[in-house]
Amino acid sequence: MSGGRLELEASLPLRDFTLEVSLAVAPGERLALMGRSGAGKTSILRIAAGLMGPRSGRVSLGRETWLDTGAGIDLPPERRRCGLLFQEYALFAAMSAWRNVAYALRGRRGDQRRRAVGLLERFGIGHLGEAMPADLSGGERQRVALARALAAEPRALLLDEPLAALDPATREGAGRELDALLAAMEIPVVIVTHSAAEASRLADRTAVIEQGRLTATG
Amino acid sequence: MRLRSPFGLLSALALALAVAFFVLPIVAIFADVSPARLVAALGEESAREALWLSLRTTAIAMAIVLVLGTPAAYLLGRRRFRGRAILITAIELPLVVPPAVAGIGLLAAFGPHGILGGAVHGAGAELVFETAGVVVALTFVSAPFYLRQAITAFGALDRRPLEAARTLGAGPFRAFATVALPTAREGLASGLALAWGRALGEFGATLLFAGSLPGVTQTAPLAIFAEFSRPGGFVAALALSAVLISVAAALLLATKLLGGVGSVGTEGAR
Repeated sequence: MSGGRLELEASLPLRDFTLEVSLAVAPGERLALMGRSGAGKTSILRIAAGLMGPRSGRVSLGRETWLDTGAGIDLPPERRRCGLLFQEYALFAAMSAWRNVAYALRGRRGDQRRRAVGLLERFGIGHLGEAMPADLSGGERQRVALARALAAEPRALLLDEPLAALDPATREGAGRELDALLAAMEIPVVIVTHSAAEASRLADRTAVIEQGRLTATG
Repeated sequence: MRLRSPFGLLSALALALAVAFFVLPIVAIFADVSPARLVAALGEESAREALWLSLRTTAIAMAIVLVLGTPAAYLLGRRRFRGRAILITAIELPLVVPPAVAGIGLLAAFGPHGILGGAVHGAGAELVFETAGVVVALTFVSAPFYLRQAITAFGALDRRPLEAARTLGAGPFRAFATVALPTAREGLASGLALAWGRALGEFGATLLFAGSLPGVTQTAPLAIFAEFSRPGGFVAALALSAVLISVAAALLLATKLLGGVGSVGTEGAR
């Protein structure tokens, strides 16, 4: 998996302030976006993934433009191949774990199943392929969601509070595993978190966002 | 709420009265018709014809309601836009319009001298005194029951799984068909059951718009009224009513089962 540099510039009026951000993440680099809830972190991920349109802005990956409000370009989410791990994982409740993962796969059904179970095995939950999301623990759901996001072979990966839905006992181990997984990625990775400890553990670089503006990076 | 409190007792009494009021007329029909009479009623050509017409026309009306109503309800359930409330009110209008008025309205719109009468005739279609007219009347009166439920069911969906589908490469239609539909299935099935029940019982709009021609537009409720109006026809009307209740109950059950089986817990439940 390799991708170009993810660049984003956006201006979007939110309820209490206007989001004004500009950021760039290189392939293989991990950027943590840190800030309080309501600071605009998730909106940045949604703009990058194409789930929300800014009033004005530009999003590109390498030489490919995903959004350019000036030029009237706005690729829909399904054409951006930008992986997004939702905070509560957003698994498809009516599908088993392997079908969740296979959703992003193409090809013959038997082949899809083999590849989906293979991905689940990579996350140590190959035996849970037939389980429904409601029957999985928080940690298991997170792994299914990660396997699903990676099945789509994303060119950039965005994670919205990836550890927030886990109980403290699971969080420690899941954080370690996630760190190892992200370290091996060759695509731009953006992690939204409200925890400084999580940011320093999972990312190479941290940007702080307050009231819709990036105030510090380091 | 404690059942032994005065209010608890009053509520229980109200519930008992309501259930008795709803169930008694249904029980009375079956109490008045012996099983032998029921079978004999089904053996009559006119009764079978009316029942078959009812099943056919309601099935076609439900197919139209599902195919056109489901995407329309999805749009209204998922999007917020100016004029949405007005559109929903327009869709709900047939719920409060008396069936006879609905029949008159359909005549004024699609009848031979109606606003679109010429266009309907020009397209080679005839609705008045034709089976197609029955389908139009049934669709008009029953669709809002499905649409209301479907709008609510789609509106209650968690947006995140739908968005996740898009980021995984699914276009809007695939996300709708593979994520929204299965998740909203229970609500859609219950709306369909209500609409189908309403269509099976439809009387006034069908009578005024399509008439009551045996074998062509005389559905089961119209046949019941025809028997009832005939001297000595009360028993035949009762028997046909019992059959219609059985069919409606079976359809209601089947539709609910179809929507309920395999339904899953809500997203994020733990």
